[in-house]
Amino acid sequence: MATGPGANQTATEREVWRLLAGVPDPEIPVLSIVDLGIVRYVRCGAEGRLHVGITPTYTGCPATVAIRSATRAALDEAGHREALLEEVLSPPWTSDWLTPAGRAKLAAFGIAPPAASAAAAAAGRVSEPLCCPRCGSPSSERISEFGSTPCKAHYVCSACHEPFDHFKCI
Amino acid sequence: MSAAAAAPARRDPASSDALFRYVLRLADTSLVLGQRLGEWVGHAPALEEDLGLANLALDLLGQARLLLTYAGEIEGKGRDEDALAFLRDAPEFLNLTLAEQPNGDFAQTIVRQWLIDAWQIELYEGLMASADTRLAAIAAKALKETRYHYRFSSGWLVRLGDGTGESQARAQQAVDSLWRFTAELFTADEIDERMDAAGIAPQLAAAAERWGRRVEEDLGRATLVLPAPQPHPWHGKRGVHTEHLGHLLGEMQHLQRTYPGVRW
Repeated sequence: MATGPGANQTATEREVWRLLAGVPDPEIPVLSIVDLGIVRYVRCGAEGRLHVGITPTYTGCPATVAIRSATRAALDEAGHREALLEEVLSPPWTSDWLTPAGRAKLAAFGIAPPAASAAAAAAGRVSEPLCCPRCGSPSSERISEFGSTPCKAHYVCSACHEPFDHFKCI
Repeated sequence: MSAAAAAPARRDPASSDALFRYVLRLADTSLVLGQRLGEWVGHAPALEEDLGLANLALDLLGQARLLLTYAGEIEGKGRDEDALAFLRDAPEFLNLTLAEQPNGDFAQTIVRQWLIDAWQIELYEGLMASADTRLAAIAAKALKETRYHYRFSSGWLVRLGDGTGESQARAQQAVDSLWRFTAELFTADEIDERMDAAGIAPQLAAAAERWGRRVEEDLGRATLVLPAPQPHPWHGKRGVHTEHLGHLLGEMQHLQRTYPGVRW
């Protein structure tokens, strides 16, 4: 269920997708909200208004409010003051919705992208050890299942000894 | 942000009140447990566990916010999540008695967490099939987080139980002292029965059986002993609480009570 501009999009819808691809995640600014997979839809309703659906990553993620206001500001600035920003809860966000571009950006930023699908992780099949995003060594150790934000866990590389984050698979 | 949800279905006053109370039970259990975990911030045995407990607390708070907002809409008296969290007194809180029990030592916190995580897994799995689509959506989201919490709490249960003599003794002591609160999780009252009959909530007896199997298996892996069944004079979900809840609320609600309507 990857999100992004699909076929049959109007010019306005495509333009808004491009616009949202420029709204950064406040906690991992190297990612846009489109890279994160939290923009669920951009569509023109029958009544002629633009609808933008956004889903939260974690229920308690403090970035949710900041993302909402940044998205609102981006829409307003581009002249889409009439656009409706809608919160979508179902289906729930999963790390599987991170785009391939998003995963590449995470790795380049020093955060190991999700190492398994959400389904595999729920069944206890997470492929550890993870590769260090800095030196590429396949040997690392988990320090904590949690990290500085709800979406990350903490690891350390056994080769270069640098600590790094892993984007949790949920 | 306007919610994409449709207008709430019309219900008769009795069903509406039962649903309101049912949703509050779920919300308050998450809120109170989250507040308890927050008490560890800056005090946990190691930085990694401090982070872990704070992250659990944040998820529980997020789940509570979704549920409290929904409860306020069902009630229809204009109370939002903040009014429900900060301006109700202890007898109006409908959380499980287990959730309000003090943190104790790290073993007690972990055992309390593990018992509730295992319960919430059964609960949310059942609620995903709820006739109430809003609850089903919240449950599907919360379940992912809860499974992650359970991995943390059950992992620590095994590490403590199958650890040193000291950690095993403390883990067993925590299991023994908290066990008396677990019967309340699965003792259905008229609200649970009503929700079950309406296809809104999962049947508690079936959930109890799965929970029991999981808990027994985990205790075995942790080389801990399953306590004997105990009677349950605890009725947190009916608003009758242990003395601990009042103290917790005193701290949690202090700011809103002292400066009503404060914003920053």
